[in-house]
Amino acid sequence: MSREDALVTADWAEQNLNTPGVVFVEVDEDTSAYDGGHIEGAVKLDWKTELQDQVRRDFVNKEQFEQLASEKGISNDDTVVLYGGNNNWFAAYAYWYFKLYGHDDVKLLDGGRKKWELDGRELSKDTVSREHTTYTAKDQDLSIRAFRDETIAAIGQKNLIDVRSPDEFSGKLLAPAHLPQEQSQRGGHIPTALNVPWSKAANEDGTFKSDKDLRQLYSEVGLDDAKDTIAYCRIGERSSHTWFALHELLGHDNVKNYDGSWTEYGSLVGVPIEKGA
Amino acid sequence: MCGAPAQTPSLPAGVDLEKETVIYGVVSHGDAPVPGAYVRLLDSTGEFTAEVVTSATGDFRFFAAPGDWTLSVLHRDGKATAPVSATGPGLVEASLTLH
Repeated sequence: MSREDALVTADWAEQNLNTPGVVFVEVDEDTSAYDGGHIEGAVKLDWKTELQDQVRRDFVNKEQFEQLASEKGISNDDTVVLYGGNNNWFAAYAYWYFKLYGHDDVKLLDGGRKKWELDGRELSKDTVSREHTTYTAKDQDLSIRAFRDETIAAIGQKNLIDVRSPDEFSGKLLAPAHLPQEQSQRGGHIPTALNVPWSKAANEDGTFKSDKDLRQLYSEVGLDDAKDTIAYCRIGERSSHTWFALHELLGHDNVKNYDGSWTEYGSLVGVPIEKGA
Repeated sequence: MCGAPAQTPSLPAGVDLEKETVIYGVVSHGDAPVPGAYVRLLDSTGEFTAEVVTSATGDFRFFAAPGDWTLSVLHRDGKATAPVSATGPGLVEASLTLH
């Protein structure tokens, strides 16, 4: 992968709003954002109700994902362009998710909603309906998804990257500060994890930094290119953003996202936790 | 009591102000509140901690912790930054004006 394959600019998006075979999809943490105005023709994906199993803590299965994509009017050979709020956290999460189920052509709109709004580009409140399709997903590509046992085994062995803010890494905060802090899990981080906040990979307007800056960022903190990497955050959305930077933009092999992240790890009995910076 | 009631942020049900440190306020430009502004909370080293978008009434809100923070606002019409200190749990107001 490379930047040209994985990322599109707002200008490109504006020129391709009506291009056949290009589907814009908005994914937000605040799922009401779409209703207040979205990119013309974009469909909405609700990460909480549509991408999560509603009973067990896991993703929807292959058949459910097929049904979801079919109902949204997405075909296997479509170019799916994802964007959203929160500096594209949930759009990056959906990007990783589409890759997990084997979609070929997925792209992220650089800067997401934020850059689009700061540029003063047009948003639409029109209802969007697309014809249903028959979508076929592949089995989950587990080369990009890490589970807890693998993460515990990676302590001191692989690169572990904690992409939360420094105050969450140290244990001072338990959630990003736009959310209430009272949580059941313990505070801190996985021993030997490097703290590289996701925000260091992004500019103020939400776009990704240049490949050169990204390379420098990860080499400065001592990321060992020769080792496999597991990224985590609190629930796996911000670490999707870093997974995207490492795997899709810089082309690192063997980068996994641990979607269980701190809400799982910080609740496990008996695992080691480190506090402080 | 006389005069207008103190401005307080709308909080989700169940938030315990004995435990939560809520930093809140309004972003304005001239006399008008600014909806759709991007407000960042930076920690004492200037590192990003969270970001929210102001509501239709220009309001924003963070759940932080006691300590020193900085608020930084980005909008098409201007920018603003302001330091804010929270000595303990409870409400801390910090409003900003774009320039």
